[in-house]
Amino acid sequence: MNKLLLIAGGSTLVYAALALLMGVLPGVELSNTAPGPGVNPLSELQAQGRAVYVANGCSYCHTQQVRPLQQDKVFGRPSAPGDFTYQTPELLGSERTGPDLTNVGERQSSLVWQYIHLYNPRAVVPQSIMPAFDWMFQVVDSAPPGVTAVPLPKSYAPAHGVVVPTHDAQALVAYLLSLKQPPYPGADSSSAAVSGAASATAPASATTSATAAAPGAASDEAAKGQALFTATCAACHQATGEGLPGAFPPLKGNPVVNAADASQHIDVVLHGLQGANVGGVVYGSPMPPFGATLRDADIARIINHERSSWGNHGVPVTAAQVAAERAKGH
Amino acid sequence: MRASFTAQGSATTDCDDRVLASVFGAYTVSATFWLLFATAVGVLMAYKFGAPDFWPGQWLTFGRLRPIHTNDTFYGWASLALVGIAYYVVARSSRTPLYSAKLAWIGLALFNLAAVAGTIALDLGYNDGDLEYREWPWPIRLIFLAALVVTAWNLLVTVARRTTKDIYLSNWYILGGVLWTCIIAVVAILPWYQHGLGQVAVSGFYMHNAVGMWFTPLALGIFYYALPKLLNRPIYSYALGVFAFWTNLVFYPIIGSHHFLFSPLPWFLQTTAIVFSVAMLVPVWGGSANFLLTMRGRMQEMAHSFPLMFIFVGVIGYLVGSTQGTFEAFRSLQEVWHLTNFTVGHSHLTMYGFVTFAIWGGVYALLPLATGKEPSRLGLGLHFWTALVGSFIYVISLSVGGTVQGLDWIRGLPFIQSVADMQSYWVWRGVGGSLMLLSHLVFAWNVWRMTYGRGQSPRDDSAAADGAAP
Repeated sequence: MNKLLLIAGGSTLVYAALALLMGVLPGVELSNTAPGPGVNPLSELQAQGRAVYVANGCSYCHTQQVRPLQQDKVFGRPSAPGDFTYQTPELLGSERTGPDLTNVGERQSSLVWQYIHLYNPRAVVPQSIMPAFDWMFQVVDSAPPGVTAVPLPKSYAPAHGVVVPTHDAQALVAYLLSLKQPPYPGADSSSAAVSGAASATAPASATTSATAAAPGAASDEAAKGQALFTATCAACHQATGEGLPGAFPPLKGNPVVNAADASQHIDVVLHGLQGANVGGVVYGSPMPPFGATLRDADIARIINHERSSWGNHGVPVTAAQVAAERAKGH
Repeated sequence: MRASFTAQGSATTDCDDRVLASVFGAYTVSATFWLLFATAVGVLMAYKFGAPDFWPGQWLTFGRLRPIHTNDTFYGWASLALVGIAYYVVARSSRTPLYSAKLAWIGLALFNLAAVAGTIALDLGYNDGDLEYREWPWPIRLIFLAALVVTAWNLLVTVARRTTKDIYLSNWYILGGVLWTCIIAVVAILPWYQHGLGQVAVSGFYMHNAVGMWFTPLALGIFYYALPKLLNRPIYSYALGVFAFWTNLVFYPIIGSHHFLFSPLPWFLQTTAIVFSVAMLVPVWGGSANFLLTMRGRMQEMAHSFPLMFIFVGVIGYLVGSTQGTFEAFRSLQEVWHLTNFTVGHSHLTMYGFVTFAIWGGVYALLPLATGKEPSRLGLGLHFWTALVGSFIYVISLSVGGTVQGLDWIRGLPFIQSVADMQSYWVWRGVGGSLMLLSHLVFAWNVWRMTYGRGQSPRDDSAAADGAAP
């Protein structure tokens, strides 16, 4: 009996002590982490949306943790302890089959895009493998007052009637749009300490790896422009430059993109646009500003890609022109 | 120190043997059902990676199926199978009847109830957060905890009533595993100290301990019993086994935070986890060397014995999978592999290449001894080779693909490029997964023949029958 006591009891005691030390105590201690500046609890609708996110296991493909690594800069500044105070259950995730969502409300702020993408991701991102959450929507004859129908592309729209989001979809999208990182004072120095690079929140120092190398040949520049366009713009304007009818305006044949004077084109990319009118069609969803997240050279590359693709023939721009436009302000 | 257990227990009657055989058989059959179910769910998910609009609807989205796959693999398949074998090993090596068949049946019912209820709850969208391996709503995890407690008590009293002087090494690992897991389950369920970042720390602790302090010790317990039994020679070093037991106990609980490297968890917690991930090489290499040295010089026999082949693959899976885990914990490699499909490959190398092969080795080595019925050699061969080739394809495709994925991110390509680049690797993963499912169907057939069906004639269990065959 004594031997049994030693093996079973002794090892269990050792284990209990280690569980306390490595599991319970860090849990207790870190549960008291104070919220960072600008970190607030969710609204009621957003909290309901978070519950929908959890119930459907979104975090098995989408992380919500930005690491202090170069490759994570596209997702925002490195996550800080104070970001997680109101996040129970935690949603850091262990796989990134889809992109990180820590800052998606900032990166993809279009309500319309979020609805179309949720209904069927392939309607806006052809290569996406995310499941279609069309069961969070209803098909009705006409949208009830106060609700806007989702402007789906023809091939995804139902034959009759229009598609409107259910409460679950509204809550989920409200939650996604609430995912915005507040600027964190310590982020800059802590990321520099780890990866030796500056934070993505400061526009002047923001870099993407695609442009980290020294500028090379013209084809190299074009490839970088295309990569930046794919990462930043194609979700709405599409790789074909044709946009989505009724949702996002085309760049192909767009007068602003083909104008000899590029200042308006640059201005839209830097500062965003509300109520765009292209070819007599007014588009309701706003275009977000990119002046804070992209540096001048990258904006020039994106603009040049748009001006030279899909039969467009706009005059190329330089980073200096973008800088000048930025200096002018909005 | 060495307990010889090749002779059948002196204190047991025929009736006791029949009870033990029916408990062992029922746990194995039940576990096999969960293996088939969880693998089928896995293959369906693999298919959806290539055809995301196939079989749509909320009940079959990846986010709901994924925890069903992992939880049913863990708590349906592996837990039930390991407990079934543990009952047999503990009773036999203690040369005493099982303390209570009734408790074993209650445990079986509770384990199954938890798995059924957990599966339904997850598919309906009820969970306790997307917290890996503890997604089941807490009342269901309480049912699982009750099953654990019942099992621990039953095993503990059985060992206490042993007629041998010593407690054989297998029972150290088995008793340790069930008792420690009761603590893990309690730590995971209690809600009031887990908020925000605190919960992240608990998740890191839990997700690795649920694997490493439950499946690992029980699977090692099987090795320590089945290997000497099949080879008819004692374990190479009993002392090394004891040493590995204590080092595993002290090092393993500390490494959980390596799942959250580069996260906002305190840096010292992450670094401590890395240091002890390296320290884990001591019990892993010590244990593996012990098993391999026990097999030394008997390769000829092993090649003729499928139970030994399964155990050999399990030992190699333990050695390679755990060593890989140590390397993955280094910050430099984690930069490339973390959050990619490489991790999924790693978890299949360990849960499949190690734990599942160990279970199969244990079932094929011991269940025929209990029931007196053997599967056919064809069934054994089909199962072994299909499972081995399938898991090879699975692990290699995701390891290579995951590396490509990580490098895509480092090169700063648009994110969607990493999804597109994975497509061919996901196809190969599906091929591997389908072969694995196929092998599980063969396993189910073999289990049927060893339990309720008509098996081959009973073998002479005083020697390793398969090994002795020309």
